[in-house]
Amino acid sequence: MAGIEVIALHKRYPDGTVAVEHVDFSIKDGELFVMLGPSGCGKTTTLRAIAGLERQTTGDIRIGNTLVNDLPPAERDIAMVFQFYALYPHLRTRDNLAFPLRAEGLPKPEVHERVAEAARLMRLGPLLDRRPRQLSGGEQQRVALARALVRRPRAFLMDEPLTNLDAELRADMRTEIKHLQGELGATMVYVTHDQVEAMSLGHRIAILNKGRVEQTGTPLEVYDRPASLFCAAFIGAPPMNLIEVEVADGKLRSQGGLVLTPPPGLPRDRCLVAGVRPEALEVTAPGAERSVPARVVSAEWLGDEIIYVVDHGGQRDVRVRMPPTVRFAADAPVGLRHTGGTPAVYDVSTEELVA
Amino acid sequence: MAVSVDEAVSAGPVRDQTRPTRRLGGRGRSVLEIALLTVLAVVMLFPVLWMIETSIKENRDVYAVPAEFFGFTVTMEHFKDVFVAPGGGRSALSVAFLNSAVVAGVSTVLATVLGVPAAWAYSRFAVKARKDQLFFILSTRFMPPVVVVIPIFLMYRQVGLIDSKLGLILIYTAYNLPFTIWMMKGFVDEVPAEYEDAAMLDGYTRLQAFRRHTLPLLVPGIAATAVFALIFSWNEFVFAIFLTSSDSVRTAPPAIAGLIGGTTTDWGLVAAASVVFALPVLVFAYLVRKHLIAGVTLGAVRR
Repeated sequence: MAGIEVIALHKRYPDGTVAVEHVDFSIKDGELFVMLGPSGCGKTTTLRAIAGLERQTTGDIRIGNTLVNDLPPAERDIAMVFQFYALYPHLRTRDNLAFPLRAEGLPKPEVHERVAEAARLMRLGPLLDRRPRQLSGGEQQRVALARALVRRPRAFLMDEPLTNLDAELRADMRTEIKHLQGELGATMVYVTHDQVEAMSLGHRIAILNKGRVEQTGTPLEVYDRPASLFCAAFIGAPPMNLIEVEVADGKLRSQGGLVLTPPPGLPRDRCLVAGVRPEALEVTAPGAERSVPARVVSAEWLGDEIIYVVDHGGQRDVRVRMPPTVRFAADAPVGLRHTGGTPAVYDVSTEELVA
Repeated sequence: MAVSVDEAVSAGPVRDQTRPTRRLGGRGRSVLEIALLTVLAVVMLFPVLWMIETSIKENRDVYAVPAEFFGFTVTMEHFKDVFVAPGGGRSALSVAFLNSAVVAGVSTVLATVLGVPAAWAYSRFAVKARKDQLFFILSTRFMPPVVVVIPIFLMYRQVGLIDSKLGLILIYTAYNLPFTIWMMKGFVDEVPAEYEDAAMLDGYTRLQAFRRHTLPLLVPGIAATAVFALIFSWNEFVFAIFLTSSDSVRTAPPAIAGLIGGTTTDWGLVAAASVVFALPVLVFAYLVRKHLIAGVTLGAVRR
């Protein structure tokens, strides 16, 4: 296994589209690194550049200690799992697994042994003699993972491998991938647009937007202190509430009268927005202590929790996460109270975290 | 992923079954349908039947008034005349058929060999001004052959390609190539590029990946495209009649047309030659009919 370093990567296609503006990151040996972002943010292009399937316009990529810029994919010693699995349709599972090994020219007994090992690891025993079209989506993805394992590559690249599976299977496979990664101590670069997947899998997450890295950090770091308004809106479901605030008397005050503790070092004379997670707010009976008046716009009953959307000082989309036992009717006048700590504060003009 | 024709059809909007309809009942409707289809079939097939009948009638029956549909003497003389010259040996028509086979076959193979890799490249690579290039390629087909045949005649005379099979092969290839590229691009688009990516990561070069993984999946598409190209080259008349003159080079369409005229026309021979001319394409198209339909409906439904 090896670390991966991406330095000042820039990719511009001949037709002029810029897929990757500027991407920098460094992945440690044995780390599960997730690239997260909406479609068109450049995450897949970056991954394909690491794989060698795209040649970057400028910038360097290192795998281990090797500069791989000019190496073809085959010589980079990495394996990739694709969204559409890309199992060769005319080959049985067994031969799909053996294919990369035969391409390397390994002796037969070793091919056999490695295929058996990968099959055991991914529990593919009964599927070995089937062709891809006789396998379910989940089974195909397990075969695709096994085909990546069998090579014993220096790193794994995963391009939205779970997107085509249904929700239940996706959760199972997520556990499986995480377990496998831990067991093998594999360096893994995982691309997804699903923030739940990113949060649950990644040791570290890079959030990409418009070809740039907006933030890199552990799942908790990106959840607690999103580095930009984009990250704030992207991570968390429902996302962070962005409440316009003013600094007055050493406090942050919203139009509706909500008072928040300001973080130290706030700049003056700028339009600010406070990022408040739905669980850092509370819906109370009207007039409760430290609460400000608000009105319930709608409630989403999710069973284990209720998401209240409340109207607060003209801002109609403040979301509050509450336990299912606390019930208010739609349109009811309520109180809104901040219960969390110091919020993250953003500058409206730069859209970046200021404190 | 590739969408098969069946899926594409079934994925259509579900019809509202509860809405009262004023359509004819099942039985009445099918009777009307069958009647209409029968009329249509008769209109479409009558010339073909008449051709076949004429080809096996003796000459005096051909000119009989009123025409005899049944009860004429069946003869195979005309078919013999198609292949055997009156004095024995090969007839000019049989040479023309052979020329047609060579010209159509070689030009189809050339168009396929050149067009498939081009289609692959246009489908897979970020080519500069790809859309403009593809439009330019298609635009070469905007004009009917008869518009360009005079300039081509003059050019061919300069370079000595007049009255040569090579000349015909080249012009047919040029005419088939845009069609091949466009149709094959549709088929290549349907094959996920990930197969090639995976093979490249597994240690193959791009070309090896194409040959080992994409090409086998393209075979049905190549078959459909080649049949269309073959039919065009086989049937082509305008270029053939303008650019060739000698019996040893001429293809079948102008050769058959050449039978008509002069003092008398041997309609039996014309019909027999036409039957022989039509058969190979009919049989071939029947054998690959599934692929042909795939080729025609491809791209009709977007993913």
